[in-house]
Amino acid sequence: MFAVSNYQVAYGQSEVIHNLNFSIRPNEIVAIMGRNGMGKTTLMKSLMGIQPSRKGSVKLGDTDLTSMKSYQRVASGMGFVPQGRMIFSTMTVKENIETGLTTVKDKKVPPDLYELFPVLLEMKSRRGGNLSGGQQQQLAIARALASRPKVLLLDEPTEGIQPSIIREMARTLKRIRDEKGLSIIVSEQVLSFALDIADRILVLEKGDIVAEEDRASVNEAKIAAYLSV
Amino acid sequence: MFADYSMAELMSIFAMQGFAGLTLFSVFVLMALGLAIIFGQMGVINMAHGEFMILGAYVTYLTSNIFAEYAQNLFSIYFFVAMILAFVATFLLGALVEWGMIRFLYKRPLDTLLATWGLSLILQQIYRSVFGAREVGVTLPDWLMGSVALTDSIEIPINGLFVMGLTVLISIAVFIMMFRSRWGGQVRAVVQNRTMAGAVGINTEKVDRITFALGCGIAGVAGSAFTMIGSTGPTSGQLYIVDTFLVVVFGGASSLLGTIASAFTISQAQSSMEFFLSGSMAKVLTLLVVVGILMLRPQGLFALKIRR
Repeated sequence: MFAVSNYQVAYGQSEVIHNLNFSIRPNEIVAIMGRNGMGKTTLMKSLMGIQPSRKGSVKLGDTDLTSMKSYQRVASGMGFVPQGRMIFSTMTVKENIETGLTTVKDKKVPPDLYELFPVLLEMKSRRGGNLSGGQQQQLAIARALASRPKVLLLDEPTEGIQPSIIREMARTLKRIRDEKGLSIIVSEQVLSFALDIADRILVLEKGDIVAEEDRASVNEAKIAAYLSV
Repeated sequence: MFADYSMAELMSIFAMQGFAGLTLFSVFVLMALGLAIIFGQMGVINMAHGEFMILGAYVTYLTSNIFAEYAQNLFSIYFFVAMILAFVATFLLGALVEWGMIRFLYKRPLDTLLATWGLSLILQQIYRSVFGAREVGVTLPDWLMGSVALTDSIEIPINGLFVMGLTVLISIAVFIMMFRSRWGGQVRAVVQNRTMAGAVGINTEKVDRITFALGCGIAGVAGSAFTMIGSTGPTSGQLYIVDTFLVVVFGGASSLLGTIASAFTISQAQSSMEFFLSGSMAKVLTLLVVVGILMLRPQGLFALKIRR
């Protein structure tokens, strides 16, 4: 459903992603793993149209996203939760979620988002910047879900979040997938979290996919070896 | 310096100078609201803001001439038409400038200083070529002339009252647009994080263009109001641009409420001191106080308490 082919991304002369090929099925959760500096965030940003790609194509269903700007990609069905959350800190929680409604017809925050994240309803009129890290993460996910994406990209969602909340987040993400029927691509360094949620794990090393494992038949030791420094 | 006046005279002087200050305050607020959006929110140092204001003033001048020539019987309401035309003209010029120049400079905010400075020189020369170097003034319709006598010694000019009413209305409209409408939410999202705003589905280029154009449009309305209290020349905008930046920075660049509070403080301080001291002395004192306060509170009068 979501297909990336012959994909290349470069910062000037230095090529970060070389000739990447992968695809995601509907309702699938894929974890992209790799150590720091292997191109995970670059790949995510470029799939969102923030970092331009040099070659190759990105397709969502029949729609070619390759030459689209970020907001057009969102309108076509991409949702993005960036590394470090990047919520709008001077705006209230409600206003933050409303920014995600730009591409859809809804005027009000859909109630199911507050059902998924009850804490956001409580904090509705607080400024985003005054939330804790875990709450900000929930806010960033709610904001991305507001535009009703078909594919949700999460860049290192566990970064800086305590273990108990990481487990809860894995549950929530699976629940979102089941209820909304979307695909999720999550870039991750924490193996336990990836094993917890992913149907498939891709390992990215120096801009190439060096391993691909299904959750059912995963060789944990092999992936752990790729992640160890 | 107070010794030459009786107590009652002093009271009247303060009341009337206070009111003159309020008129100045209105123009400051209108100028500064536009700049608070462009500089405070978008981070573009728009040195041509004064020229946008003067464009509004010239449009008002032209409209008043056209009405005097062709529609004498409607002359009493020309000002409202002029205001709308001034807004439209400056809004369009603003959109054009954003498209042709500013949008390439969002990542280099300091360069906007030079680019818009150049633009202001170009606009000044255009005004000089088209309207001549001499200052022009508009004829006010009868109902705006004269003054209301509150007591024997206190008189309040009607055009000043009108400008103030206008300022209040426009300030309220800007507040509603920025803080109550969905469009305002998009503007605030874009100015806070342009990349991320795009990644949640906001068309940042369109929002930027309209925001900049709107800031210019408000400057145009300020220019319209300006014709009622001063005459318009090609370089009149220059006189106000420094004060306007002062107002925005002093108020706290990202706070519209701070902008209004600081416009009030600065205009009142200036106009009541101007009566007793020379104009430049009043300015020096105001600047000294502002510099002192900004040293203690670099973020300006009003700042959001927030983790960033």
